Amino acid sequence: MKKVFALLLTLSLCVGVLSACGGSKTETPASSGSDQETSAPAATGAVYYLNFKPEQDEAWQNLAKAYTEETGVPVTVVTAASGTYEQTLMSEIAKSTPPTLFQVNGPVGLANWKDYCYDLTGSDVLGQLTSDAYALKDGDATLGIAYVIESYGIIVNKTLLAKAGYSVDDIKSFANLKQVAEDITARKAELGFAAFSSAGMDGSSDWRFKTHLANLPIYFEYQDKGIGSTDAIEGTYLDNYKAIWDLYINNSTCDPAALSGKTGDDSRNEFLAGEAVFYQNGSWEYGNLVGDGKFTDDDLAMIPIYIGAGDEANQGLCTGTENYWCVNNSAKAEDIQATLDFMNWCVTSETGTKAMAEDMGFVIPFQAAQESPNLFVKQDAAYTAEGKTPVSWNFTTMPSENWKNELGTALTAYSAGTGDWDGVVSAFVDGWASEYAAANG
Amino acid sequence: MEKAIKRYWPVFVLPTFAAFLIGFVWPFLQGLYLSFCKFITIDKASFNGLKNYIFALTEADFLHSFWFTALFTVVSTACINVAALAIALALTREIKGTNLFRSVFFMPNLIGGIVLGYIWNILLNCVLTLLGKPLLSLHAPYGFIGLVILMCWQQIGYMMIIYIAGLQSIPNDYLEAARIDGANERQILWKVKLPNLMPSITICLFLSLTNGFKLFDQNLALTGGDPAHKTEMLALNIYQTFYGRSGPQWKGYGQAKAVLFCILVVVIGLVQLKATRSKEVQQ
Repeated sequence: MKKVFALLLTLSLCVGVLSACGGSKTETPASSGSDQETSAPAATGAVYYLNFKPEQDEAWQNLAKAYTEETGVPVTVVTAASGTYEQTLMSEIAKSTPPTLFQVNGPVGLANWKDYCYDLTGSDVLGQLTSDAYALKDGDATLGIAYVIESYGIIVNKTLLAKAGYSVDDIKSFANLKQVAEDITARKAELGFAAFSSAGMDGSSDWRFKTHLANLPIYFEYQDKGIGSTDAIEGTYLDNYKAIWDLYINNSTCDPAALSGKTGDDSRNEFLAGEAVFYQNGSWEYGNLVGDGKFTDDDLAMIPIYIGAGDEANQGLCTGTENYWCVNNSAKAEDIQATLDFMNWCVTSETGTKAMAEDMGFVIPFQAAQESPNLFVKQDAAYTAEGKTPVSWNFTTMPSENWKNELGTALTAYSAGTGDWDGVVSAFVDGWASEYAAANG
Repeated sequence: MEKAIKRYWPVFVLPTFAAFLIGFVWPFLQGLYLSFCKFITIDKASFNGLKNYIFALTEADFLHSFWFTALFTVVSTACINVAALAIALALTREIKGTNLFRSVFFMPNLIGGIVLGYIWNILLNCVLTLLGKPLLSLHAPYGFIGLVILMCWQQIGYMMIIYIAGLQSIPNDYLEAARIDGANERQILWKVKLPNLMPSITICLFLSLTNGFKLFDQNLALTGGDPAHKTEMLALNIYQTFYGRSGPQWKGYGQAKAVLFCILVVVIGLVQLKATRSKEVQQ
């Protein structure tokens, strides 16, 4: 009897273990039934989009749902957490159901992923682009297409600026900006606010300076030399970079030494709370600044980042893209087709273009684009209409992420007084050469 | 019964053994192979020979992180174990509220490393700001001290529990016999308690040593390796090489570093285990 009982126990244990093993791989009829609604009926193909922009996650989820309702093709949208896109992509793409649609940030990003990119030549969605300049090419093959054009500059709280006795029209050059900022700082106690929100160097915020602000000295150097990328930067405009950085940190809401711990949220909250007049950020920030209990369009403006270089009278906002769609060439043929159809639908259909313009606040470089209600985007168009030249996004040619990080560390140390400006120059110039060699050597 | 076990052993062993093969041995072997390759995803790997290992062994940041980790491990192991033993001795003396103290000391261990790292980052940065000193991520020595404080705070309670268990399992007869023979407290501690605690000490040293070497979460959250990789420990360095860089060669470098790291941790563990085992006494 005991023996039989033991045998029974053993068997039941055994069955339990094996069925537990099997459950994750094979599907019982019940679970596969519910699966079909959310993911892959293999016959028609499926789309898996690994989204780069956390701000737009919800809008993408809704758009995906709308597409599935309309066509029956399942679309999965996964958004990588801020700053972890490359890691997420790397692990996702090795899986058996990899993302069919992913993003690279430009030529440097493409170099890493080009073996995984489907050649988009001849696809419908490519034909929708308004300019060939928005296609990312490798030789003859078109491997990526830009899907959003964005602008950044210095966001101004016009109400506060008026309180300090100035208007946006008073700021037409770096000299103006410096004068206004320093005047506000001098009267900080009386006015009750500072000139700039904190230039936080925490990972959630430092890209505004190590990448976006650093674009300006690079842009002007490229302009002087008439080039679009380089293997060794000279840093001819680094003095201007220092001047604007000094202005940011010395006329800020906080002590420069405390910047290393300040986050992106800190900076935004200071601006929202009316503690600062200026806030360097981009058009993607619109949704976070305007709305209930926040600002209205009348309170805000975006002005170019003047650093005292080039033709300041005709300088526009920094406008460009680091968001390129790429289709995974190792996905199944029907999934690739489904993905291409989805992309095309997003940029041509009423629902798609409306969602991209209104819910996501994007300006998309496609023929069917609708006008975005985004104030900063409109301002960029206005500046261009006035004949001002937008500053292009050259930070996509920065040699590596590591270069940006080293520059960020050097800037942080300089601000806190534990390092000097030579450290920043060295990270900028020497770092560029060594990182370029490491990436391309 | 014994006969049944003999007959049915595969039923008990094979599922776990298969899981071990699939979940550990095979990925490990694959990882070993990949450490000789360039790759972005593992299905498209190309052979790169010994270059990865040459790079890993000559990279200044990696060597720095090795010495930084070694120093950290020595300091933190010493601090944690001395403090944990001291507290364990204090809390086995029949003071009122012993149980409350034990639970309180143990509690930090229940919080995850990442969370602790961020909490201590805020705490220490506040203190440093008040003192007018550079923040954690700007000054490597502070980063180091911060890491030691954090690890001590987290680990002391855990080790204390092991030591308490060890102390309680020492038969009272020994202590009484020693007292009757006229031993003072100090002699009892060194000649009776410690030798009998050797199994606990082995475990605790082993745990804190390997914890120190493998430290990742706390390092990532507290300092993130700043400034300029100066407070980067081995695991974080490997992570940054693998994920912080783009390009197939970096994956290979990271993989090679990870293999070296694995060997290192295994060797240290074995040596340490052997060294303390020989000092254990049989009760």
